[in-house]
Amino acid sequence: MALLQIRGVSKSFRTLRALESVDVDVQAGTFHGLIGPNGSGKSTLLKAIAGAHFADGGTIVFDGHDITRATPYERARLGLSLKFQITAVLPELSVYDNVLLAIQSGESLMRLLLSSSRRALDGEVTALLERFRLIDRADDLAAELSHGQQQWLEIAMALALRPKLLLLDEPTGGMSPEERRVTGTLLAPIKAHCTLIIVEHDLHFIRDICDHLTVLDQGRVLDHGDVETIQRSPKVQQVFTTRV
Amino acid sequence: MLSEAGTAVTAQQAGRARRPARRLLPWVEGGTLLVALVAPFALSERTDLVTLATNVMILSLLAISFDLCWGLSGIMSFGQALFFGVAGYVIALVGRDLEFSQLWATLPLAMLVGLLLAGLFAAFLLLGRKAPTTIFVALGTLTGSYAAERLVSGWQYVGAGNGLSAVKLLQLGGYEFVEGAAFYFLALIVLVLIYLGSRFIKRSQLGLVLAGMRQNEERLAFFGYRVQLFKALVFSLAGMVAGLGGALYSYHQGFIGPGNMGPGLSTTAVIYCLFGGSGTLIGPVLGTVAVEVLTYVLADIDAIKRIWPVILGLVLLAVVMFQPKGFLGLLVSDRERIGSYGRRRSGGS
Repeated sequence: MALLQIRGVSKSFRTLRALESVDVDVQAGTFHGLIGPNGSGKSTLLKAIAGAHFADGGTIVFDGHDITRATPYERARLGLSLKFQITAVLPELSVYDNVLLAIQSGESLMRLLLSSSRRALDGEVTALLERFRLIDRADDLAAELSHGQQQWLEIAMALALRPKLLLLDEPTGGMSPEERRVTGTLLAPIKAHCTLIIVEHDLHFIRDICDHLTVLDQGRVLDHGDVETIQRSPKVQQVFTTRV
Repeated sequence: MLSEAGTAVTAQQAGRARRPARRLLPWVEGGTLLVALVAPFALSERTDLVTLATNVMILSLLAISFDLCWGLSGIMSFGQALFFGVAGYVIALVGRDLEFSQLWATLPLAMLVGLLLAGLFAAFLLLGRKAPTTIFVALGTLTGSYAAERLVSGWQYVGAGNGLSAVKLLQLGGYEFVEGAAFYFLALIVLVLIYLGSRFIKRSQLGLVLAGMRQNEERLAFFGYRVQLFKALVFSLAGMVAGLGGALYSYHQGFIGPGNMGPGLSTTAVIYCLFGGSGTLIGPVLGTVAVEVLTYVLADIDAIKRIWPVILGLVLLAVVMFQPKGFLGLLVSDRERIGSYGRRRSGGS
């Protein structure tokens, strides 16, 4: 059974039909890319999965739980984590505190009040900051980081929740080519313990990192399959011409 | 290869010099406590000033109550006086109808009243399935404060518009607290305890959650935090602090009236906090000192007696417009004001 099953999901914004009867299966342990032209519904679908907004119709089942109407809090508790398209780090907190805030989210109220886990979590926070090359900036405010580093901090925060499924909305947006390459390297090891759905405009990045692709166009699934299949798909080529 | 590239990115950033951290807030806190300890001795010749200082201690509880909501947690409450006033009325009625005013029972009772009433408001205003907007909470609390003021103004049992006067003196065993140094030190002890408790929360991992909530509560929901529950908890605790302040006020003044739970006092609490510097805890205390002393001085000068509220209003407007971090923001860095929760690494760069 797929880790994530999306069946017949629709979403409208007033008169705009953003998603129409979308079906997607995401298998555990895979990197799944959502691609499509601007306005095709990629980010809308990602937000419907994350709970940033609810689907008007259809069902979303994650790890055996129907999460179609679940709150973001409930989805996060089930193991679903999101990195927003627009960086949403907490700018007035230090880089260290941003990650600590994410990591300690499973702690009870009493343990938070008594700061019982502050020392115990230090190792995990440090390890994540080292992995995402932010350890030298640990004490700086998140607002002081470059855009690319803020994106890395966001991914580190999303991974701090130890999710079963990580949703990344344009993780390389605004990054330099070098930063994009590094981002790919940083993401590769998480496949061992985490499934990934990624929305990204950089098709080279998507091609290099993903196992499966779902192509959306005008709110509908145009095609899906592995990277080679999608690259050969006449329907997709018609939409993207030679961009994949 | 990739590792080297990544290291290069961070090394470039890490080359920036980091200024050594200077912590001023503990000095401000210590200095304030020192002044508060010697004040009644220095003012012993002027009982009116000891009374003013006691009043400042009590109103500081209301200011801290608002700072817990807004400064620490991003909850804009325009109704903190409601919890202050209702608790003040309750202990006044207990004194009048039950002839009971023992400190060990009435102050906890006032805290409980504030806690439960704020909890009730939190259930309506904050615990919906969708996160309420700042405006919704501000208007909800303001409406509650206004409605309560109107309600008691027409309720004969609680003295209607005249309020309750001749409130029974606060007692501890056979000792009665009258206006003066003893009441001052009682109020100071209560304020210090509440301050330390609030400071403990602010500096804990829970304080980090509140700081995150204040900046981006949607983000915290995606981390798996039940943001509204945290808000309700802090709001209730703040109500408890306001309730304690209301009881002390009622005992100290020997009077409690509708105006002590209305929008006027609620807004004054906002002003104390913004004037001193929200989110710092000590800022609202200093803001209370500044506003109350300024009010006392200006109201005593014949030439400007009639227009002093206007002058005070203009001064406060200028602070809010040109120094929104309060006057403590002039001394303390943003970093220190907001706080740091993880370990600071000396070898960071």
